[in-house]
Amino acid sequence: MISIFPSLLSGAVITLQLLVSSMFFGLIIGLIFAILRINKNPIINKFAYGYSYFFRGTPLLVQLYLIYYGLANIEFLRNSFFWAIIKEPYWCAIIAFSLNTGAYTSEILRSAFQTIKKGYIEAAQSLGVTKKITFYRIQLPIAIKQSLPAYGNEIILMLKGTSLASVITIMDLMGEARKVNVLTFKPFEAFITAGIIYLFITFIIHNIIKYLEKKYGFQT
Amino acid sequence: MELLLFGDTGWGDELFFATLMTVAVSIAAMFIGFLFALIFTPLKLSKNKTLNVIGNCYTTIIRGVPELLVIYLLFFGGTGAAMYVASIFGYDGYIEINAFITGALAIGIISGAYSTEVFRGAILSIDKGQFEASKVLGIKKNIQFYKIILPQMLRLSIPNLSNVWQITLKDTSLISVTGLVEIMRQSYIAAGSTRDPLFFYSVAAVLYLMLTFLSMKLINKLEIKYSKGY
Repeated sequence: MISIFPSLLSGAVITLQLLVSSMFFGLIIGLIFAILRINKNPIINKFAYGYSYFFRGTPLLVQLYLIYYGLANIEFLRNSFFWAIIKEPYWCAIIAFSLNTGAYTSEILRSAFQTIKKGYIEAAQSLGVTKKITFYRIQLPIAIKQSLPAYGNEIILMLKGTSLASVITIMDLMGEARKVNVLTFKPFEAFITAGIIYLFITFIIHNIIKYLEKKYGFQT
Repeated sequence: MELLLFGDTGWGDELFFATLMTVAVSIAAMFIGFLFALIFTPLKLSKNKTLNVIGNCYTTIIRGVPELLVIYLLFFGGTGAAMYVASIFGYDGYIEINAFITGALAIGIISGAYSTEVFRGAILSIDKGQFEASKVLGIKKNIQFYKIILPQMLRLSIPNLSNVWQITLKDTSLISVTGLVEIMRQSYIAAGSTRDPLFFYSVAAVLYLMLTFLSMKLINKLEIKYSKGY
């Protein structure tokens, strides 16, 4: 069990890389789509709703396959400079994970935006604060603080989601565990050790979020 | 479009049966999950420290590790474990566990952890007066559970169970890695033999969307039906 530890740890590094980069892009996508969701224009609104409906209604594996195997089918994408990105499984995984977590994040942020008390916005308006500053200085910080617990869950769900990268040949923690299993025929050692590492990462994320909640949590 | 025709030339009938398989696995997994939840919910709520730890370990571990890991563990480890048990009883041949059973069990264990949390929350939100009233009336503990707590618990947990169902439905796509022919596996096969992955994975996405949409409609109806009188 000790001997397989280094290879699993190198896989864990890839897992964390995938997690951090997809959470980063996912947060940006989620923020954009949450703003589109609360837009009053029905077309923009519907578009954002459709995006989140599609990515929350289909399995992550389908999205991953669509991007990894499907996009290569489109002729002009293959000839454009995008090909350099989508021919790499690593980038395909990051694109799929970011889009997926972006959809969930947009829902979390939207519900946070909608539960902000009207009084705050009215107070800002009566003080003559412009709409833009109200958004950046009042709505956005409150929404982010309010959505911390739900966002913590989303990070853990995404950590579990990154294990799917192993099916498109990325040697993340799951991929390394599979390799160990194939090489040694010891499924229990390989997968249980990987499971412990996953649990450890989950534990750390959980505690960081708990700390942030305590420090910055929003009390009404 | 002729790729979706029924019969020998198209993939329509294959995909149709694959969809049925997905639904069957999801229902089986959901059912197994209920069984697990019915065992572990009392453990999580019990006042006994040891039982409590067992219940908490189950939900924490299963919700903290990837679904794929549970599936691989059961799929690769299950055969070995079954053969080991059989060898104790004097059978030395090769045993292959059915992919459907392994898959449903793996997804069932996962959805059981989520269902346990849902049931626990539902029981905790039942008014304390209900427990006390039935105690005062001299109703026995197990009758109290089956006739008073369980019906209320189920009603309260329908909205959250619909989330668990959605998660379970989507998780079944992961069983495709073990070779069970459901939507994902069938589209993988179809994409491989026609070299048109974009089309077939889009079809798979649409099928999953259809399943989630239809089940949402159904669950909403159930919710309205069971919240009558409240």
